[in-house]
Amino acid sequence: MNLWRQPGFWPSFLLVFLSGLVVLVLRQDTLRETAFTVLMFIGLASSLNILMGYTGYVNFGHIVFFGLGGYFGFFLVSEMGWPVYLAALGGGVLSSILAYIIGAAVLRLRGAYFALATIGVNEAARAFVSNFEPFGGSTGLYVNFSAYDRYGGAGQALWFTFILLWLVVLAVIVVSYLVKRSRFGLGLSAIREDEDTAMVMGVNAPLDKTKAFLISAFFPGLIGTLYFFKNGNVEPDDAFRFQMSLEILVMVMLGGKGLLLGPIVGAFAYERLRGYLLTSVIFKNLHLATSGLVLLLIVLFVPGGGVGWLRERFPKLRRWLE
Amino acid sequence: MILQVQEVSKRFGGLQALLDVNFELAEGQIMGLIGPNGAGKTTLFNVINGVYPPTEGQVIFRGEKITGLPSYEVARRGLARAHQVVRPLNDLTVRENVMVGACFGRERHSRSSAASLADQALTQVGLIDRADQFALSLNVAQKKRLELARALAARPYLLLLDEVLAGLNPSEIAGMMETIRTIRDQGFTILMIEHIMQAVMSISDQIIVLDYGQLIAGGNPQEVANNPKVIEAYLGDPEMTARLLAE
Amino acid sequence: MIHVLPSIIDGLLIGFVYGVAAMGLTLIWGVMRVINLGHGATMALGMFCTYFLFSDLALNPYLGMVAVVVLSLLFGFLIYGVALQRVIQSGYLSTLLATFAVNMIIIGIGTAVFTTSPRNIDFSAGSITLGPVILQGTRLLAALAAVVITGALYLFLYFTRPGKAIRAVSDNRAAAELMGIPSSHVLALAFGLGTMLAAVAGGLTSTFFPFTILSGATYQLKSFVICVLGGLGNPLGALVGGLFLGALEGIVPTFMPVSWVPVVEFVLFVLVLVVKPTGLLGAK
Repeated sequence: MNLWRQPGFWPSFLLVFLSGLVVLVLRQDTLRETAFTVLMFIGLASSLNILMGYTGYVNFGHIVFFGLGGYFGFFLVSEMGWPVYLAALGGGVLSSILAYIIGAAVLRLRGAYFALATIGVNEAARAFVSNFEPFGGSTGLYVNFSAYDRYGGAGQALWFTFILLWLVVLAVIVVSYLVKRSRFGLGLSAIREDEDTAMVMGVNAPLDKTKAFLISAFFPGLIGTLYFFKNGNVEPDDAFRFQMSLEILVMVMLGGKGLLLGPIVGAFAYERLRGYLLTSVIFKNLHLATSGLVLLLIVLFVPGGGVGWLRERFPKLRRWLE
Repeated sequence: MILQVQEVSKRFGGLQALLDVNFELAEGQIMGLIGPNGAGKTTLFNVINGVYPPTEGQVIFRGEKITGLPSYEVARRGLARAHQVVRPLNDLTVRENVMVGACFGRERHSRSSAASLADQALTQVGLIDRADQFALSLNVAQKKRLELARALAARPYLLLLDEVLAGLNPSEIAGMMETIRTIRDQGFTILMIEHIMQAVMSISDQIIVLDYGQLIAGGNPQEVANNPKVIEAYLGDPEMTARLLAE
Repeated sequence: MIHVLPSIIDGLLIGFVYGVAAMGLTLIWGVMRVINLGHGATMALGMFCTYFLFSDLALNPYLGMVAVVVLSLLFGFLIYGVALQRVIQSGYLSTLLATFAVNMIIIGIGTAVFTTSPRNIDFSAGSITLGPVILQGTRLLAALAAVVITGALYLFLYFTRPGKAIRAVSDNRAAAELMGIPSSHVLALAFGLGTMLAAVAGGLTSTFFPFTILSGATYQLKSFVICVLGGLGNPLGALVGGLFLGALEGIVPTFMPVSWVPVVEFVLFVLVLVVKPTGLLGAK
């Protein structure tokens, strides 16, 4: 398949590509920090979408892979002295291995039972890492500042990390699209709609959903390493916020699950909304409540999410809004 | 023989759903599977295509033992099924539904070749003008055709049809029967569960009858129709039936 | 063995209260197939309600519980009507997100109004000494209240019309509707009862632990664990599961650091879900 001729691919790819490019051209530190957060959530939400939107398995523990993969990658940087790009790959690979192990157990569950089990996995992982001494226990790990020298000082290292994140998120978009348009992706949709029927039609559901889980878990591990490297430290409460798992889920819903563009728009919208609420005089103290209200309205009245709604409303745009 | 079912039994807890079922199906034939409600017909289909394993016995498909294989492995070996309760993949288009059959069935097509195969199957069942609609929007008769198209697109050696005529009006039934005949003429072997007696008698080469989980009769439609056991199973009392038939 | 006894008994007494909270969650799941992510926030509201009745109106916390019962029941109806009724048929993801939104709204407003500095109810009900074991009065009373509530719930579910209707809808919503049971009312009632149980459990907890508006989250997670141990949808199982978890929390710290308790709990949780999703007590 020639990616460059696919109308459904371009809007998503360009959106991420241009937002990164703008930051690189303007070279402002504050803008970079904002963009880092937004891109990070786009990557996390899009990778969650592969399991949740395409396959129909709602994972409340997506942040586990961000946390554990990130911890491991950070450990490779700060304790083993690996360059950050290799460490990030290491974090991603570890996340996928963990997904394989966790998936062997929990992917046998369906629907709400799977969702509940992933809440348990999230909490078990957090509690475990808080007690795991090589990862610094409850105080976590700090990066030695000499680790930044390799990239020409802390300032340069931050820009380097940003570029890496940008490339990773672009990769998430490409992979998401390829999965969606492939035979494998068709099998995932069949699993989402009716797993038993899919199997009767020849879809190897146990294998395919495991594969989807591995792909979905790989990117958070990469992104986690980059995020903690940028912050300079990692601690359990930062790495396994159940709240954050939920926020990612909300982003996917906000934009439209199962769509390539959905999580991107959702992450943008959610982050902008949060940024606005946190800085506005009226809403500053009520930002959480207001976000909750917005979510409730979306769930009640626009269940397909923003992009899903556009697709319903303007069928002609569907080719571009995949 | 394309399918051999040997001494198959299935128990669910205390319920004996199938007991010592034996039959063989020759290539290129249409075999009807009939029996009263709750006789175990759908259970037999589920055992044959691997939804669950039999408690005892063997299923042999094209010379290979497929007993206990998961349903997707059975599907890949060339056995496709249309369900009694239609189960379209609602959020996919009609064409995508059928493509799943082609992509994951016996020939394991790529997505692009599956699309053209899907259109072929949709043309055959008369649903091609609905190809781009969501499966959710179809009516019952159309969903039944979709089930059939999906099974066909898998290019199976053997098709299991579970009451594809149920819920259709007379003219729809006639159309569906016509479609099934053309499918047979293309070389597919068909095993079908059917309640509409007139239809199954006219279309089948062979008929087997299941009652309380056991095969009570088998043979060509003529033989089965005149078998007193069959009449008893359906109507309860042979004397009463004889009287009714005499009138 | 003797030195473990006090912590086990203490754990069991708290386990009764855990059980009440979990019962609410499991009732809502059993009847409505909703995983209520607003459960913890409701518990926190129960804590604050008890607190204000005690500190501003000088109301005995156990008398205050009557007010908590009434208010939380009404609150549950309100949440059902506003956030759940519209999406109750659209599958678990919608209802889950709807209750999560409710959680955000409660926590958000609660943080703004009450801040997150801890509060506690300075109330003592004395203590009883039995050999090596000292029983705190507040915990004994809380356990007693939990037993009374469980008994009342049982009587309600099995011997009253609305209770029977709840069980019928829980068994088969479609069939119950065909029998003329207005399932919408029953669902609202079930959600109200579940919310009430959460608030009461919160109120009882507030008599012996300090709390903030965020405290509910921990108890909510514990309630998930308990529901799964006892079998999702089984109220009696929830009580037994609560006792089990309470005892576990009493025993585990005697042979490993207390910070490992959540690891044990959640690993157990996932294992039970995977190996025996009907719960330790449930049928096969």
